[in-house]
Amino acid sequence: MGANAAIELKNITKTFGSVVANKDVCLTVNRGEILSILGENGSGKTTLMNMISGIYYPDSGHIFIDGKEVVIRSPRDAFDYKIGMIHQHFKLVDVFSAAENIVLGLDEKDKFNIKRSAAKIKEISEQYGFEIDPMKKIYEMSVSEKQTVEIIKVLYRGADILILDEPTAVLTPQETQKLFAILRRMRDDGKAIIIITHKLHEVLSLSDRVAVLRKGEYIDTVNTAETNEAELTEMMVGKKISLNIERGEPKDPTDRLVVKNINCVSREGVKLLDDVSFTARSGEILGIAGIAGSGQRELLEAIAGLQHLENGEILYNNPKTGTHDNLRDKTPMQIRDLGVRLSFVPEDRLGMGLVGNMDIVDNMMLRSYRKGHSMFLERKSPKSLAEKIIEQLEVVTPSASTPVRRLSGGNVQKVLVGREIAASPTVLMAAYPVRGLDINSSYTIYNLLNEQKEKGVAVIFVGEDLDVLIELCDRIMVIGSGRITGIVDGRSTTKEEIGLLMTKTQREENGGAL
Amino acid sequence: MENHEKHIREPFFHIAKRDTVVWWLAWLIRIASVAAALIVCAIVTVLLTGENPIQVYITMIDGAIGTERRIWGLLQNTAMLLCVSLAVTPAFKMKFWNIGAEGQVLVGGLATAACMILFGDKLPLIVLMPLIIAASIVAGAVWALIPAIFKAKWNTNETLFTLMMNYIAIQLVSFFTYQWSVPKGSGQIGVINQDTRAGWLPEIGDNDYLINILIVAALTFAMYVYLKYSKHGYEISVVGESENTARYIGINVKKVIIRTMLLSGAICGIAGLLLVSGTDHTITRDTAAGRGFTAIMVSWLAKFNPLVMIFTALLIVFLEKGAIEISTIFGLNAAFSEIITGIIIFFIIGSEFFINYTIKFRKSKGGAAQ
Repeated sequence: MGANAAIELKNITKTFGSVVANKDVCLTVNRGEILSILGENGSGKTTLMNMISGIYYPDSGHIFIDGKEVVIRSPRDAFDYKIGMIHQHFKLVDVFSAAENIVLGLDEKDKFNIKRSAAKIKEISEQYGFEIDPMKKIYEMSVSEKQTVEIIKVLYRGADILILDEPTAVLTPQETQKLFAILRRMRDDGKAIIIITHKLHEVLSLSDRVAVLRKGEYIDTVNTAETNEAELTEMMVGKKISLNIERGEPKDPTDRLVVKNINCVSREGVKLLDDVSFTARSGEILGIAGIAGSGQRELLEAIAGLQHLENGEILYNNPKTGTHDNLRDKTPMQIRDLGVRLSFVPEDRLGMGLVGNMDIVDNMMLRSYRKGHSMFLERKSPKSLAEKIIEQLEVVTPSASTPVRRLSGGNVQKVLVGREIAASPTVLMAAYPVRGLDINSSYTIYNLLNEQKEKGVAVIFVGEDLDVLIELCDRIMVIGSGRITGIVDGRSTTKEEIGLLMTKTQREENGGAL
Repeated sequence: MENHEKHIREPFFHIAKRDTVVWWLAWLIRIASVAAALIVCAIVTVLLTGENPIQVYITMIDGAIGTERRIWGLLQNTAMLLCVSLAVTPAFKMKFWNIGAEGQVLVGGLATAACMILFGDKLPLIVLMPLIIAASIVAGAVWALIPAIFKAKWNTNETLFTLMMNYIAIQLVSFFTYQWSVPKGSGQIGVINQDTRAGWLPEIGDNDYLINILIVAALTFAMYVYLKYSKHGYEISVVGESENTARYIGINVKKVIIRTMLLSGAICGIAGLLLVSGTDHTITRDTAAGRGFTAIMVSWLAKFNPLVMIFTALLIVFLEKGAIEISTIFGLNAAFSEIITGIIIFFIIGSEFFINYTIKFRKSKGGAAQ
């Protein structure tokens, strides 16, 4: 194996304060191979790759490239060793074209000769099967096109060791297949490819070998052909867990929230929601699937009273009073004053749902601090609520007075979901509630959502993992470019059907143009 | 070959983020930084002036607390700086960059002076004093309200707006000092109502500064409670930390901005009142004396905790007073004392970096160290 090892890591350790991100990690990647790095969030995958690409510097350990020890101090050093990383969050200049972004920062003499660069880009695209227009501006591009630009950027620089950090997180199933085909072609071309992911089925279908990390420690590397999902999960989590979500039948569902023909337009005049109508029923989980940024956020925020709508109505059937209230264009305060018990777990947990610098108690208070006529705060009941949530949801924290930004992603989410559920809602909206969570925490959240469903709450769940949506939801509504492209039954649908619905509007538009 | 070796070499040091620091280590770092600052200042002193640095420091301390009069002066100046710092704190905590405290203090002072001059011998004291207090508070509050409304309604940049309001306030004061100057045309107001003392804050015992100090002490405590235990204070923190969260839980962000700036301006108005009616008994363009800007530093250094601000304000006034004494005693120009103050404050602020980060040096192994 040593003969064609492109990159070899020996005993790499990296700590941040008292947090050990990587401990004695050893890893080998060969040329002409795709290696998956598998691990839960917080297991140190990205940190490890950042050390190879020169963003972090390891506390100790050695890196060998083609058998020679090297020191990578900056991204420029990494580039000299032909290492290219495609980050999870794209680093592109919006107003520049693809070609301009690709040559940006290059030390070439005639880098401003965009025509020549475009020709070279074309050449690379043809070699590996990319579809790209070098002159297209980034802001006109879809997420998958942007990713293509990022990949070509590193290839253009001559990289032959490629690192991709969770490349499929933002792609539809169809786009993922396309990307995988390209990666296989690169592998056959002799490049070493490292792909970071936590999606098991992708690991199995794409990679040659899998390296597993758990809590910063290197567990093992196995040949993909000789392993299976259960074994990998066990390596990743450290114990056997069942991957089944219990889905009960909805109990006498009634219409709780009726959304009729709502439209929403951004400040720039772009339609964010286009004639959206649907009904959320009590006692069921309504899933919302779609490519990220298709209007999911605006839809939930419109219901929560945070988004101005052009027209349409959002009717809430109050189970207590039997009245039908229109929530459209009401503020969150007015909605609460109507007696609507609406809970909302937003996508941006620390930027919207919680205040990162405040402790758990003060975050509990966000919903309830107005109670009473006193000018002063009452911290007793939020404190006992905080302690209750810490105990019941097994939140790992030094104390209830720890700032929430110090907690891990899963614990942050437990605090947020715990608070929202504590308000005993009749409608519960959750946007990507398991994003960035480890498997155990994810299942805690699924169970909490199921519990709420059994209590007769109308649950709206925006998710990105189609496998989970299909397992968890009673009905799945698909949204594409702000339009509802279909509502399917969670028990009988397939991933392919949802994937097709996700891109339906795009294809219609393209078809119309031809 | 040389080039290749360079590549193999580890960087000499790299910076890593610390985990939470125990309080005693944080204070040790702070004390060490002050010590380091004093050493650097000593070197600079010797190099630039040839004076004995120990002597310079003794002079500095003497300048700040050498006599009873100086101690009272120190306390009075600390109280005034603290008062303005208290005013900017709620705004800064809300991330509303109010750098217009200077102007808000000035218009507060101007309102006070106006009442004293125009009504000093016309109204009985029992009417005059409440009028002065109300006028100064309203003037300061209005000066802060204008940028707040523009920020809330049209999202204008409050930094530029409040800064510009300072210049308007200064020119207003210039205009009225000319209008009311004694004797006419001299451009100076002089001591207002020197004989009648109408509109002067009363002395307690025979100490003219004590009332100012007591008022500011009460304000400090009230601000501490307001920020930490009141619903308003909580809303200020939420808006400051994340406007999105505030919207999400239904806080009326515009209302909070306007309410908080009214409070900020009102306290600046009080500072103007204390300066004009309590100590100076006159008004000039320099009545605020840059406190509106120094206050920002006091507030930040104390991380917006009013009780800690007592110490940061004291430290800065102490340094200023000491520095002035150095320049007079040693016949150095005023710039030198500011160099000293600057070095010390630089080190104090710099210590925060070492509290949050640690520097790891390359482990020397074999010949790699050199």
